[in-house]
Amino acid sequence: MPVLEELEESFCRYRIDRTFRAELKALLDRYAGRPTPLTFAGNLSRKAGCRIYLKREDLLHGGAHKTNNCLGQALLARYMGKKRLIAETGAGQHGFATAMVGALFGLKTVIYMGEEDTHRQRMNVLRMRLCGAEVVPVKTGSRTLKDAINEAMRDWIAHVEDTFYLFGTTAGPHPFPTMVKHFQSVIGREAHRQIRSLEGRLPDAVVACVGGGSNALGIFQAFLGRAEVKLYGVEGAGEGLEGERHSAPLNRGTDGVLHGAYTRILQDGDGQIREAWSISAGLDYPGVGPEHSHLRETGRVRYVAVTDKEALDAFVLLSRTEGIIPALESSHAIAYSLKLGRRLGKEAVVVVNLSGRGDKDLEHAQSALERIGRVL
Amino acid sequence: MTRYAATFQALRARKEKAFIPFFVMGDPDYGTSLDAVKAALGAGADMLELGIGFSDPIADGPTIQAADIRALQAGMTVDRCFRFIRDIRTFSDVPIGLLVYCNLIYRRGIDRFFREAGQAGVDGILAADVPVEEAGQFLEASDRWNVDPIFMVTPATTEKRLDAILKRASGFLYMVALLGVTGARGSLHPAALKLLRRVRSRTDLPICVGFGISRPEHVRMLARSGADGAIVGSAVVDILARNLSNRSKMIREVGSFVRQMKAQTLPR
Repeated sequence: MPVLEELEESFCRYRIDRTFRAELKALLDRYAGRPTPLTFAGNLSRKAGCRIYLKREDLLHGGAHKTNNCLGQALLARYMGKKRLIAETGAGQHGFATAMVGALFGLKTVIYMGEEDTHRQRMNVLRMRLCGAEVVPVKTGSRTLKDAINEAMRDWIAHVEDTFYLFGTTAGPHPFPTMVKHFQSVIGREAHRQIRSLEGRLPDAVVACVGGGSNALGIFQAFLGRAEVKLYGVEGAGEGLEGERHSAPLNRGTDGVLHGAYTRILQDGDGQIREAWSISAGLDYPGVGPEHSHLRETGRVRYVAVTDKEALDAFVLLSRTEGIIPALESSHAIAYSLKLGRRLGKEAVVVVNLSGRGDKDLEHAQSALERIGRVL
Repeated sequence: MTRYAATFQALRARKEKAFIPFFVMGDPDYGTSLDAVKAALGAGADMLELGIGFSDPIADGPTIQAADIRALQAGMTVDRCFRFIRDIRTFSDVPIGLLVYCNLIYRRGIDRFFREAGQAGVDGILAADVPVEEAGQFLEASDRWNVDPIFMVTPATTEKRLDAILKRASGFLYMVALLGVTGARGSLHPAALKLLRRVRSRTDLPICVGFGISRPEHVRMLARSGADGAIVGSAVVDILARNLSNRSKMIREVGSFVRQMKAQTLPR
């Protein structure tokens, strides 16, 4: 608790501090490459039957939106005088982004990654190590993201003095959900401005995938107050919502406490946490950011789910039609935008958060495609 | 008078400290676990701390994590844990504290969990991941069902939080001897004795020290430094883990370990 209070206090102080903000802005612009473009996906739009724009977080340095949050938190760590960064990672994108900023700021960096995920995302492990981070394979539990979080929390409890836990998503204990949303909200601010200048109006819908939920909250934030903009969060339906192999706590979970947040989680009747499943390592988390649970309850955001197969199809389709290889996570959002087109009509403007690029997923996607009898 | 109050009073009268072994209920299976508890009580354990296995025990090191997994794989559920405690109550009247992660309490319903625990014979509940700031409903339920709310104090606990905890805690105070997770350590952390002095000066509530306590000399040192009890988890669970293929040796070793540790809590 004291360490969370210290973090909250520092975050509240520096988020409004002029020097901190200027320094973060400069890093985002000149190191990470903001603003990222909003690309009209003409070929995909014809297929989908609506006007689809892609918010290109895949073009951000590091290859995913994670860099926004990592720069913000690492800068905060420096202002707080911390010497060591730790982080959990699922797909490896957050781990890699943390390793990048660790190298940039000269901070010792340790990344906890489920052993299962270190195999699924070998390239990201290499990238992290290349940037000087120590990657610790986590061998407990389901050996995926939730277990990596458990292990990072254990490390943090033992090293609170010098260590900053750079949490990757809008889940976990307060102030992480608030703080991560804050650092990711730059996505929505830009998209809001860009779509107005390109289309002269706000979009009819904004679509983003939801694992922990940081890219989704990041882009939704700017549109929450505009009721005419429909918001869709897309969870991983895995092999189907009717079975147990999915990662859709907002669609199929129940209320509970995981990693210090009261939210929708996948659990059994006793409250034991169930393992989540998704083709995409970045989505298979049995919980979700508490703000998403709230937005689900108020009905402001509609939470839907897309299967592994639909996501794979979208992964291939975007590559073929636009020459853009999306991350498997973001492929879930693409897949749902195709369904939306048929519903909203061809004049409808849909913004999809393309949260990351798919280079990291090539091997994994290829073997998944082969299993269903397709070749790249 | 509660079992905790009566037991600590009796111990103080005899100038003894409490020795409190920790077990994960159902580790490695229901029957063996119950035998281990019996052996510990037979060897002089004054109280028990019992854990309900959880899928994501973030406050625990590898030893207890493995015990949780063994218990869950052996089919332990919350219902069976309450039955386990009722079974203990057929042969023992020592105070029993429950160590549990809060999702298991939430899922069942806070009030129902405390009621069923109390009815099974639980004297105190420590929810490892519920800070005092969030404990409102837990405190109401503990009050209603006469189960003491046990709180942890660590070397990182600020004065302000210590105040809040002391206002609400009853039964005893669980002092965490180090910064970190559970697990046997070679030596007692220097912060432990410092924290003990700091907390001792603030409360008459019994203080029991846990985390990293594994050797007789740790217990002796704590007993002489004003602690009212020592809680030993990983070192006990280690005995179970080491002897999974020889149950009778396991039970014997639990007995002799507890006897050796209990001896350190007697007056000089």
